[in-house]
Amino acid sequence: MVHWSAEEKQLISSVWGKVNVEECGAEALARLLIVYPWTQRFFDNFGNLSSPTAIIGNPKVRAHGKKVLTSFGEAIKNLDNLKATYSKLSELHCDKLHVDPENFRLLGDILIIVLAAHFGKDFTPSCQATWQKLVGVVAHALAHKYH
Amino acid sequence: MLTAEDKKLVQQVWEKISGRQEDAGAETLERMFAAYPQTKTYFPHFDLHHGSDQIRGHGKKVVAALGNAVKNVDNLSQALSELSNLHAYNLRVDPPCSPLQLLAQCFQVVLAVHLGKDYTPEMHSAVDKFMSAVAAVLAEKYR
Repeated sequence: MVHWSAEEKQLISSVWGKVNVEECGAEALARLLIVYPWTQRFFDNFGNLSSPTAIIGNPKVRAHGKKVLTSFGEAIKNLDNLKATYSKLSELHCDKLHVDPENFRLLGDILIIVLAAHFGKDFTPSCQATWQKLVGVVAHALAHKYH
Repeated sequence: MLTAEDKKLVQQVWEKISGRQEDAGAETLERMFAAYPQTKTYFPHFDLHHGSDQIRGHGKKVVAALGNAVKNVDNLSQALSELSNLHAYNLRVDPPCSPLQLLAQCFQVVLAVHLGKDYTPEMHSAVDKFMSAVAAVLAEKYR
């Protein structure tokens, strides 16, 4: 079980409270598809992903980004019980979606960069450290049911 | 591989932070030590407190080296040859660049913090590729 200090929980919730889930989610997913183009292989039915502009403007990317980040919000509500919270999602990503868990780490790092760009100096080193820990733990929970 | 456009974008990013490069170096290291405490194992001889002279000095060195890489982006292998030797034979920072990847992540966070919206997805992509290329060259001589 991962231990979260009071300060870490505070840093997580104070950032999360200011996040626009739709915008942030859309941007994080778009950047994943742009910066690591091989991840596009999971989104064959998303239509036009031919350029950064196309990806950013793609409504399916936006919608899916929102879905992904909304799910992240669930993790934040259940910090003390992440493996159980993500049990079904983990099975889904393994058995149906066939996503290499390394990609969860990539998305986590990108989310951090998106948050940094939005919050600027307010995204302090302590903030980043807590959030790097969070995305790492979420990635681990998502990979937990892989077999 | 870095395209011509990537190289141009990396140079643009470098220009955007000119004048703040020293701060960027120190901040990158500070973030790396905070987020990835295992990286501190390479600096047992350093004062790692916020604002320490050693962090500033070392951050300046790291950024100068990255700046040199940006100037010589067409010939990274040669430009980073000395540093590659140093990292492989003296410093022996763990391959396959894991700590260097962590440094790259923190450097990108610093760029995002300072450039905000101007740190576009295209720039993000180009810098990510560039940092990977630098890390790969630094790891060339390991074995």
